[in-house]
Amino acid sequence: MTDATMDRPAAKASDDGELTTADGTPLAVSLRRSHAQARRRAFYLVLPLLAFLVITFLVPIATMMTRSVQNYEVADYLPTTTAAIADWDGTGLPDEAVYAAMAEDMVVGSENRTIGRVAARINREIPGVRSQMMGTARDIDEMSPPWKEALIAEDEGWANEEFWRLVKRETRTLTPIYYLLSFDFEYNSHGEIVERPEEYQVYRLMFLRTAWMSLLITTLCIVLGYPVAYMLANLPLRYSNLLMILVLLPFWTSLLVRTSAWIVLLQQQGVVNDMLVWAGVIADDGRFRMIYNQIGTIVAMTHILLPFMILPLYSVMKTIPKSYMRAARSMGASPLRSFVSVYMPLTVPGLAAGVLLVFILAIGYYITPALVGGDTGIFISNLIARAMQGSTAELKLALALSTILLVAVLIFYWLFNKLVGVDRLKFG
Amino acid sequence: MHTTKRCALALAVSALAMGAGSAMAETDSLTIVSWGGAYSDSQNRAYDEPFEEKTGIEIIHEDKAAQGLAGIRSQVEAGNVSWDLVDMLQSEAQRACDEGLVMEIPHDEWLATAPDGTPASQDFIDGTLGDCFVPQILYATMFAYNDEAFPGDKPQTIADVWDTETFPGTRALQNIPQKNLEWALIADGVPTDQVYDVLATKEGQDRAFAKLDELRDNIIWWSEGAQPPQMLADEEAVIATAYNGRIFNAQVNEDQPFTIMWDGQMFEVDGWVVPVDNDADIEAIKEYLNFATDSQRLADQAKYIAYAPARSSSVPLVSTHADTGVDMKPHMPTSPENFQNAVQFDPAFWADYGDSLEERFSAWLAQ
Repeated sequence: MTDATMDRPAAKASDDGELTTADGTPLAVSLRRSHAQARRRAFYLVLPLLAFLVITFLVPIATMMTRSVQNYEVADYLPTTTAAIADWDGTGLPDEAVYAAMAEDMVVGSENRTIGRVAARINREIPGVRSQMMGTARDIDEMSPPWKEALIAEDEGWANEEFWRLVKRETRTLTPIYYLLSFDFEYNSHGEIVERPEEYQVYRLMFLRTAWMSLLITTLCIVLGYPVAYMLANLPLRYSNLLMILVLLPFWTSLLVRTSAWIVLLQQQGVVNDMLVWAGVIADDGRFRMIYNQIGTIVAMTHILLPFMILPLYSVMKTIPKSYMRAARSMGASPLRSFVSVYMPLTVPGLAAGVLLVFILAIGYYITPALVGGDTGIFISNLIARAMQGSTAELKLALALSTILLVAVLIFYWLFNKLVGVDRLKFG
Repeated sequence: MHTTKRCALALAVSALAMGAGSAMAETDSLTIVSWGGAYSDSQNRAYDEPFEEKTGIEIIHEDKAAQGLAGIRSQVEAGNVSWDLVDMLQSEAQRACDEGLVMEIPHDEWLATAPDGTPASQDFIDGTLGDCFVPQILYATMFAYNDEAFPGDKPQTIADVWDTETFPGTRALQNIPQKNLEWALIADGVPTDQVYDVLATKEGQDRAFAKLDELRDNIIWWSEGAQPPQMLADEEAVIATAYNGRIFNAQVNEDQPFTIMWDGQMFEVDGWVVPVDNDADIEAIKEYLNFATDSQRLADQAKYIAYAPARSSSVPLVSTHADTGVDMKPHMPTSPENFQNAVQFDPAFWADYGDSLEERFSAWLAQ
């Protein structure tokens, strides 16, 4: 900045009184130019990071969001049927023209090997359609018109009205179905949005469970971390350094190792249960189940995330002068009062940073719940991971679930900003 | 200035080297994706090392088979396929083939005939060859128990697993619907050959979940194949479902007192698929598939891991365990006494009903 302005020739007044530089350009223009140049230079410096973020972060997220509503399978891979079925009114079975179009699409689709993609898409909603379509596509060369009779003779699934209504509905290339499913809703066979049957409802429950378990873990981290951070900040340096290493050591240990260590400690034949049995607190056949359920996930994750609470708290507490508390005491406040009204408000920036870190990390946690969560202790991320291994339709459901999770985190961040103010946070 | 020049030179040299590297990758190497661990070791010793020695083609391993389907799908969609052969379960291979992500394989043209001249298409175990899929091994998922947990009577049948009066203790099952629903129906009295017909109906599904409900309080769930042997060893569970190779390993290499309950074993094959549009020389892939799935190579693999070769002609060639000298034949899921009440896992059924049953299972599990 200074270099840029110093390179410029000194300003001098021109004849008409306007300030210009040696080459005659007005000073204001010249100044603006040199500022713009400085800004450009600064921009070049951040360009690599910006490009990196766009390529590795924004583009994938945008792709994820668009793909979660894309629904091109029927329109792209059954093009003739898509055109023919537009005229069908949705009652009874479609006429021969639609069946003939389907047969034509199947001939092309089995040659290009794209028929499986559309079969998998429809199968997502009517289980068994995959076999029906793949089986028919395999034999289509040996079949002959009239196609309506021929297809129904091949597989009675072709006489299912629900199937045809679904094909007609899914000729649209954008669909909200994966978001509906994410909230346990679906289309019935007449295209109305209804709640799914109870035995299939899982995602709302899992979102709520993920949220409340993450909140509980965050609360536990505060309760356990606050006193530790206070002690670290107020002990003489040689002790606090040693304690700090004790906090950091697990932080540096592999996640898997720490999770496995909790399995050894908490399982029914594990150390904690053995000690309780030995101390006579519980009988040998009355051992507690503390792992492969919610308790396991909460304990292991609290331990793993604790440093993320302690470190920002510590960094803030370290800067609070001890004289503030002494001043409060000297003015007659009780120890509790001076702690609550003077010390605690000063730690809020660290506390808020810790809460934000722990909660957001917890809500997307995967490996620990997968290993110790058993049935009731798993998170939404585990369901997302499972869906990603499935068919393309399942993959899109995973994308919709991930988008919802991302939006939920952003809403939490926004709320948090309203309540606490993110600019006040101190991360360490 | 001098340093800039040197930098430029270094860059140019490394770019050249990289170019040469990728050019070589196209002709002289194959990228093979498998499961890692003891399984990849067995493949490495049985096929890859002899293959490299024979042909000079280098084999590059990636242990990413657990994300096999998702990986192939994203590579094909991106138009940049770096995997040449992928080891997959039959059910996933079926999906990949349906979606046109993997090549169709003309079996008799590409694969080796049996020593007695039987063509490949008749030599592999019935129903295991797929349009795009060449099986290598057959493995079983079945119940196993810790002997020490049952000093008297031992569990013998699937129904015994549900009998928590006679055989008290925790059961460890995998946290997926596949196989658990089949076993629930078998325990409920459905004959093994009708399991999938029953499971295709709403009533059958209700019945399977109701049967699982009975056992729910006695179940802990595992997600990784290494967990069940550990759970049995720790007596965290007294009966567990597991892959037979893992239990064999615990029995033979770690001397654990485990017994496999072969009744109602569910067997499944695992094998090769070839992603479409991959960047390798097709002749090299053909050569590898031909070599790695011939009768002798498949039999050799059983020296290193207790999975059965998928070719009938390999069965008599199975010998002893390479490290311990244990006779492998009785440990094969296909040996006649183990195979009596075996159920073939049906990948087509799960391709049809997997999406909906997985959701229902997740919902049931979350309650």
